[in-house]
Amino acid sequence: MKVSGKAVVFGDNVNTDVIIPSKYLTLLDPVQIAQHAMEGLDPSFPEKAKNGVIIVAGRNFGCGSSREQAPIALKYAGVRCVLAESFARIFYRNAINIGLPVLESPHIRSEVDEGDVLTVTLEEGKVENETKGCVIAALKLPRFILEILEDGGLIEHLKKKGVKAP
Amino acid sequence: MGKTISEKILSHASGKDAYAGDLVIAKIDAAMTHDGMAKLVIEAFQEMGGRQLWDPSRVAVVIDHVAPSAYESFSKVHKMMRRFALQQGARFYEVGSGICHQLMIESGLVSPGGLVVGTDSHTCTYGAVGAFATGIGSTEMAAVFLSGKLWFKVPETLKIVVDGKLPPMVFPKDLILKIVGTVGADGATYKAVEYGGSAVKALGVEERLTLTNMAVEMGAKTGLIEPDEKTASYLASLGHKPQQGFKSDEDAEFVDELVLDAEDLEPQVACPHAVDNVKPVTAVEGKEVDQVFLGSCTNGRVTDLREAAKILRGKHVKKGVRMIVIPASRRVYKQALKEGLLEVFLDAGCAVCNPGCGPCAGGHQGILAPGEVCVSTSNRNFKARMGSDEAEIYLVSPVTAAVTAIEGKITDPRRLLKEA
Repeated sequence: MKVSGKAVVFGDNVNTDVIIPSKYLTLLDPVQIAQHAMEGLDPSFPEKAKNGVIIVAGRNFGCGSSREQAPIALKYAGVRCVLAESFARIFYRNAINIGLPVLESPHIRSEVDEGDVLTVTLEEGKVENETKGCVIAALKLPRFILEILEDGGLIEHLKKKGVKAP
Repeated sequence: MGKTISEKILSHASGKDAYAGDLVIAKIDAAMTHDGMAKLVIEAFQEMGGRQLWDPSRVAVVIDHVAPSAYESFSKVHKMMRRFALQQGARFYEVGSGICHQLMIESGLVSPGGLVVGTDSHTCTYGAVGAFATGIGSTEMAAVFLSGKLWFKVPETLKIVVDGKLPPMVFPKDLILKIVGTVGADGATYKAVEYGGSAVKALGVEERLTLTNMAVEMGAKTGLIEPDEKTASYLASLGHKPQQGFKSDEDAEFVDELVLDAEDLEPQVACPHAVDNVKPVTAVEGKEVDQVFLGSCTNGRVTDLREAAKILRGKHVKKGVRMIVIPASRRVYKQALKEGLLEVFLDAGCAVCNPGCGPCAGGHQGILAPGEVCVSTSNRNFKARMGSDEAEIYLVSPVTAAVTAIEGKITDPRRLLKEA
């Protein structure tokens, strides 16, 4: 599974309240939620992201609340993958469950500038920076997580596997 | 080899001899969702083909984030939750019941040694009574609703030992702010945090809940305190017969240990816009404020209201400042009423609202305008959390909040000791 897009770069400790401010949790439609993605840091983000981007960030991306609207906002805004030095625990699981690829890459920020074109091969944990002509390593995801992402999230994955409710 | 509390609880719940790093599938003792996430949970549950909860008596559905509803969109979610909970026979907490975490403790769903999940990051609060409790997302919760099970990676444990006695005007909130400032916002990511030492043992269960509540602000999966006779008598006072729970073995392996001396502690403030941006109150004294919020799952219990009322008795909130007081649950509200605390707040000019999350959840009851400053007893000061992204939130203890409301600017509560 490969994803490509221009990099949008953020710093450390990007929290769920800036990814989707809590006042928008009243919105029920993912497309509407996405119109406010990253509003706490960059109100122009949805415009930037609409043709597909890859977020590059520092440590502890997604810290804060357990709101699944955070990865939903990013996915529907056009984020194809998040590459960060590390992730907060709940955000990481939520992102996989809704089918948003997330990869840990310890040195990603020193190798990528805003606007660089990146191609990520999820199976290999490989990030190609086409603008700079270099390859950056990311931690490989286990097979079962790749399967969930390939199916577009946990619900679709369970449906495909034919898991039925008791 | 000895085990930590986390290793014991996850071994017990999975039927495996589990240690840190192991992946286990464990049986859930109780699950909770609230109106901030319930729509996503219910939809995912239905999309997975769910018809019946695995055990309705173990599921709590709570309306607390925007309660009563301030928007039509939330009213729709509440309607959906009511219908779902009543149809399923789950434990349903209507508008006005209180904050989910307080209700989980009061309800008896949380017991020492239990494994509990909630669609809220502050689910880690329940470790104050010795339960392993953690926040999960809505899709995972739908899977728990169906199966009563979830996979866990057994976490390593960071031990935090606090010895000595807290000085006057220094409270458990100051202690946990100091700890978060020291460990950092991601210093305990994926780990369990176990608090111990004589200062922690000396605290009542309500005060211990303040410590475990903020474990997630260090990235932790859960916060834990060894259950003792205080835990048992507190839960018994709520009408429950708790299990005994677990203690970490002498030879259990901890990934790290942080030792603090309570005697050295000063009142603390978490400054905008990060919970680990912690300074002693003296560093920000004099900052003018617009709003003071006393409440939340961190500091909305009777102990907190009592301490704040001691300061506000016979005094008045500064002109031009508003103070909002929100008891954490109906039970807390009634107790505060009985003790005359609400009268103290009303006489001081406070707005006393119905139990719930209030402005901390960012939906209503104290949304900030651009440029405004709020001093809050809650647990997060992230940008845009309580309204405008151009507002500032400072986190403090209930006593620092009360003194600040009277003075209209951030004030060191120890000044009262000098005056006395």
